[in-house]
Amino acid sequence: MVASAPIQLRSGSEPLAIAIEGLSHWYGSGSTRRQVLQQVELRVAPGEVVLLTGPSGCGKTTLLTLVGALRQVQEGSVAVLGQELQAASRASRQRLRRSIGMIFQGHNLLRCLTAEQNVQMGSDLLPGLSYRARRDQAREWLRAVGLGDELHKLPHDLSGGQKQRVAIARALAAHPRLLLADEPTAALDSQTGREVVELLRRLARDQRCAVLMVTHDPRILDIADRLLRMEDGRLQEDPAISQPVGLHSVR
Amino acid sequence: MTAPRWLAGLVQSRRIPLAWLLLTRQPVRLAVALAGISFAGILMFMQLGFRDGLFDASVTIHRLFDADLVLISPRSTSSVSMAGFPRRRLVQAMADPAVEGITPVHWNLLLWRNPQTRGTRSILALGFEPSDPLFTDPSLAPKARLLTQKGRVLFDQQSRPEFGPVAQWFKAGRTVESEIAGKRVRVAELVGLGTSFGADGNLLTSSETFLELLPNTPPGSIEVGLIRLHPGSDLAEVQQRLQALLPDDVRVLTKQGFIAFEQDYWRTSTSIGFIFSLGAAMGFVVGCVIVYQVLYSDVSDHLPEYATLMAMGYRLPSLLGVVAREGLLLAVFGYLPAYAAGQGLYALVRSATQLPVAMDTTRATTVFTMILVMCMASAALAMRKLADADPAEIF
Repeated sequence: MVASAPIQLRSGSEPLAIAIEGLSHWYGSGSTRRQVLQQVELRVAPGEVVLLTGPSGCGKTTLLTLVGALRQVQEGSVAVLGQELQAASRASRQRLRRSIGMIFQGHNLLRCLTAEQNVQMGSDLLPGLSYRARRDQAREWLRAVGLGDELHKLPHDLSGGQKQRVAIARALAAHPRLLLADEPTAALDSQTGREVVELLRRLARDQRCAVLMVTHDPRILDIADRLLRMEDGRLQEDPAISQPVGLHSVR
Repeated sequence: MTAPRWLAGLVQSRRIPLAWLLLTRQPVRLAVALAGISFAGILMFMQLGFRDGLFDASVTIHRLFDADLVLISPRSTSSVSMAGFPRRRLVQAMADPAVEGITPVHWNLLLWRNPQTRGTRSILALGFEPSDPLFTDPSLAPKARLLTQKGRVLFDQQSRPEFGPVAQWFKAGRTVESEIAGKRVRVAELVGLGTSFGADGNLLTSSETFLELLPNTPPGSIEVGLIRLHPGSDLAEVQQRLQALLPDDVRVLTKQGFIAFEQDYWRTSTSIGFIFSLGAAMGFVVGCVIVYQVLYSDVSDHLPEYATLMAMGYRLPSLLGVVAREGLLLAVFGYLPAYAAGQGLYALVRSATQLPVAMDTTRATTVFTMILVMCMASAALAMRKLADADPAEIF
């Protein structure tokens, strides 16, 4: 398609979850400067589940951190939930992050908090709710991920799959409209991994929350609405599975 | 029923007590931190207590005098080196209409022979006219009358035991006699005054006996002149008037100034204040190091978790607040055992040394402030580590 066409940031009244145009990124400086992303174009509609694969070191995680407003955009345009991140201030990026749920490879739960308290750290970000309401929401989410009986356990006492499910509950508890996940099944056996991503997809769908997930796990590729492949900092659609629901990614 | 807005705000602002949980879910680290802070606090309590106690003890006698103004010689530097001045000066002071009464006092250290072991030891002796008021304590007057007889002394029963079992013997009904400068003296009665820095024991006697024990005292010379004013007189004004009236061979001090004069000597002319303040400062530094260590390793250990919270949208200031609250909690919970231990140790010191060491509000506040500063400064230093938490690194 035409690269110079104006970017449609909204589909109907709702802004696109992700709209990236001409994104390039470098690490290092001077002679050690190395390009990790080259002219990436990507659009993700609200509620769409997009999986991103590719060899390690190809720039997937960098893309995720840029979309997650964790890193300053160097070149190109990145609009997340309708907000442009190019030249965005640290404070505005931090505010935007409240609308983005993140799930990490190593679950990153707070060791000193129980499952319920960990999830509440997510719902605590919601404005205008009483402590009790936020706690009840946290419990609700833990029940939704099937951990209603493990509310008061510390991460230490939970299995790998349970911890990842707590992490999902925590990410969703802040009512995100975009969920970023980096190999959420890496530390799990295949069956648990499968269960976790299916749960993730179902809950995201219910919330109309878009998902961008990096994965190496070939067994879960079929949950995606769309499959993208990244190689040497370039993004390409993987036609094998792609069944776009919203807008196409532009190459 | 609608709750007031501020209450609603309070309910909404309630959060998971992260700082508390970070501390209490690591009991060993918490115990180390609290032990360290308490230790530092106890050290500060003891050092400052000793310092204040010693300064306080240096004026045990000074506090007892029944005087509004005190005359001393400008050559006097402290209670252990009091110089004489002409007694006339005190009489001259009587000329001022505000002066109600005067008491000339002889003041010197004498060698008291222990009646049991025969060893000698320096004791503070005060000589005064038995009919003159000396101390504010009214129980002295009837005992002072016994001094009209020559060679009689009133012995301070709180004197250190090195002076001999004078009080026990006297209470047992024995006649206690001893020797000062080769002259025989008899204990006529016991008084309770208290030891001080410069004097391990005290005795009171009449001017007549005093001069006999110290025959080299120039005639008409005294060391301290007590002046009592009519009620309602302006202390500072009379002090100035007298200082102007009298020649330069006397200093006119208020009673408070007389106390300060003595304390100043021990504070400035000796290393006591410095030594104990240094001790307290060392406690402070040790505490700082311990708290900093604990908070720094706490932040380092939880760096990925802090980064996760930042990735979730928590603001850096709110995470700095977590570290600050950790510091605050450590300060409060480290202070309480230090305070309790301080009370106990003060009681121990009082019974062992008769030093007037007690917990007072000023010192309790000072130590708490120091612990607070210690913890908050350490927290502030540990916070710098938090800047290393890069949420971009956790994916």
